[in-house]
Amino acid sequence: MRVALPALALIAAVPLAAQDPHADHTMPGASQDQHAGHDMGAMDKPASPGPTMETPPPAAVGSGPPRAADAIWGAEAMADSREDLRRTHGDFPVFWFQGDRLEAQVREGEDVYLWDIQGYYGGPTERLWFKSEGEGAFGSNPEDTEVQALYAKAFAPFWDVQAGVRHDIAGPDTTHAVIGVQGLAPYLFEIDTALFLSQRGDLTARVEAEIDQRITQRLILQPRIEANLAAQDIPELGIGAGFDQIEIGARLRYEIRREFAPYIGVEQSWRTGRSATLARARGEDPSATSFLAGIRFWF
Amino acid sequence: MHKMRGGAPIRVGFDEVSGTVIDLAVGHGPRTVQGRKGHGVAINGSVPGPLVRLREGSDVRLNVTNHLEEDTSIHWHGLLVPFYMDGVPGISFPGIRPGQTFSYQFPVRQAGTYWYHSHSGLQEQQGHYGPLIIDPAGEEPAEYDRDYILLLSEFTPLHPHTIMDRLRKGEGYFNYQQTSWNDQYPLTAEDRRMWAQMRMPATDIADVTGSTYTYLANGRGPKEGLEYLFNPGERVRMRVINGSAMTFFNLRIPGLPMTVIAADGQNVKPVEVDEFQIGTAETYDVIIEPRAEAYTIVAESMDRSGMALAALASRPGARAPIPPPRKPPLLDMGDMGMNHGDHGASHSMDGMKMRDTLLLPPDVKTGPGIDMVSMAPVDKLGDPGLGLRDVEHRVLTYRMLSALEPNRDTRTPSRLLELHLTGNMERYMWSFDGQMYSAVSDVPIRFAWNERVRVKLVNNTMMAHPIHLHGMFFELVNGEDAAHQPRKNIVIVQPGASAQFDLTANEPGDWAFHCHLLYHMHGGMMQTVTVMGPESGS
Repeated sequence: MRVALPALALIAAVPLAAQDPHADHTMPGASQDQHAGHDMGAMDKPASPGPTMETPPPAAVGSGPPRAADAIWGAEAMADSREDLRRTHGDFPVFWFQGDRLEAQVREGEDVYLWDIQGYYGGPTERLWFKSEGEGAFGSNPEDTEVQALYAKAFAPFWDVQAGVRHDIAGPDTTHAVIGVQGLAPYLFEIDTALFLSQRGDLTARVEAEIDQRITQRLILQPRIEANLAAQDIPELGIGAGFDQIEIGARLRYEIRREFAPYIGVEQSWRTGRSATLARARGEDPSATSFLAGIRFWF
Repeated sequence: MHKMRGGAPIRVGFDEVSGTVIDLAVGHGPRTVQGRKGHGVAINGSVPGPLVRLREGSDVRLNVTNHLEEDTSIHWHGLLVPFYMDGVPGISFPGIRPGQTFSYQFPVRQAGTYWYHSHSGLQEQQGHYGPLIIDPAGEEPAEYDRDYILLLSEFTPLHPHTIMDRLRKGEGYFNYQQTSWNDQYPLTAEDRRMWAQMRMPATDIADVTGSTYTYLANGRGPKEGLEYLFNPGERVRMRVINGSAMTFFNLRIPGLPMTVIAADGQNVKPVEVDEFQIGTAETYDVIIEPRAEAYTIVAESMDRSGMALAALASRPGARAPIPPPRKPPLLDMGDMGMNHGDHGASHSMDGMKMRDTLLLPPDVKTGPGIDMVSMAPVDKLGDPGLGLRDVEHRVLTYRMLSALEPNRDTRTPSRLLELHLTGNMERYMWSFDGQMYSAVSDVPIRFAWNERVRVKLVNNTMMAHPIHLHGMFFELVNGEDAAHQPRKNIVIVQPGASAQFDLTANEPGDWAFHCHLLYHMHGGMMQTVTVMGPESGS
């Protein structure tokens, strides 16, 4: 009749938990009650005797890789299946492509198209990335276009370091060395930062942060901020030292599927300091408000 | 990756095959569940595959013919077989090539409720599984008038490679019960900030959910009317098998208590409960004595995103009401391995470190593959499981299990082996001691011949893992004396908690040891266990 004891203990614990004023779930999981239950269980029945500290295995455990099946089926017969098991359990590559922003922006004076795509091929800790973004006025060639090819390696659970090259296609032909960090910050901010050193020796940087706010399971508001910085004036590109450009926007998307979401949004961008002066000199407004619509997809 | 097309439509439900020579054919074909269409893998043309009914003490030959265009295999889950008949390609044998017939031959050394499934690729998700019952050589200890099987599983129209791919790429891809501006979760703003700060979702109960799965009872969806007939007053033995790829079920029969008489095929002292959680690949045998006109067997997925249903009916067509799904559970601080101090109302993170790798033993490889370290993991074999901690009726826990027939080996274990369950949710990496199978395929966990070892599993993740050892039963260190610690081949290690089992390593050879959540295993939570033979000398 020993078996009745734990059962009784549990029966006793349940009404207690039910009476507990915290059991109404005003806290995550009402953990107080559970722990009371578990502790009772633990005290109720001590474990059977056994070691409590890990010790090294005896020599009699043997050594070397597991090859018992080779003696039955032959090493050759086993080789393919061993390799297949290794390849498919853990570190295997996937290909990911994301159109993060494919959108039309309506601004004062001009309407603009914009793309921001990225993707990778690789395993969970080592990947080859590509990124491209650009924009242009409807009916004309893109003004700003860049592509990046990067090698990424995880250095922390939520962070990759990325290194590679960036090539600017539109405008003056420019190639940059890139080093950056991409990942997920506390409070679930998606962060993408990079330093760029051009073949002319110009140093620039970019910081992007976005966060998903779920309004419902499918309707998601995504505030986004991007800042471009420069260490020096680059007059031929219209860039001034310091904060060159800042964009703050919000996009509201509806995930028809996780992989496909149309969105609408608004974005404000400013050129600041020297960059603003350079923009005015070109006859451009250093500040622009855009209304936008686009799609986000991945596969 | 092969995209399969064609084939004969797959039948729902299973026939029975028995005797000492059994032929099984693995094929594929179109499959429909409640109007949802997909392509499946079937054994002898049905999902689940046929009931394989064996007798203890016999020698059996099971001829498995592969009609697929890819390799296949059958693993006899829970059976004590020579390691080279265990059916894991790459560990126990080379696998079964297309067009080939492989003969599994082994003596049947046990009795009870088991099952079988593919260990090749992700075929198990596609329908490659079936029930297996071994009748004892002697008397059944339990008395019953009817003997039924309830095999729980899932159907999805998605190809399993797509599911694996989406799990690796899209955070929370299948979870449509996440926190949002309009959710009903009992979380304060401070709780929500804390979870966001940790970059962990409190709603991450199941990786793959009812958003794609239709939960099945013997291959039938909840609207497809699986019915078990009984005469009031009869004793019914219900053999419940969780043959799903990714789902824990919470199973109850409103109005009808259940007496658990076996766990993972091994008899236990009868214990009466109103509900139990059955982890992926576990089996429980229960005795029920229905007296009313009808009952509903409700198997809710642990995250409450769906349920498998069956009816117990005293006459064909008799039905009891179907209870609505209960509210989805949430993870809490205990599931993060924070189990001491902080018993007040405040759940602040002050002084809490989510990932203090100094707490890990030196043989755990730290790195990006570990996103959390349990601060103070406690043994939770007394935990009824997520979603069942606050229900007001009797729920089974591992602490309530006691072996009916005493264990043969009651030696005190000579050493402790501590293994850490580790992972990174965001990257969908899963591992033992921080290293995925792909990194340790040639580094087995080794045991000496007949060595008696206590194995402690420490869960440094926020998910419950059903850990499975092939080829041997272990005994849960659940507070019973050594002779009555229950024998199992799966142990659920609760989130942020620990669990211990004692093992007598007396089945020589190489064995798979893994999390039985299919996509966790493929995500890397697997290692080979090598047991030395008696000739190794000790």
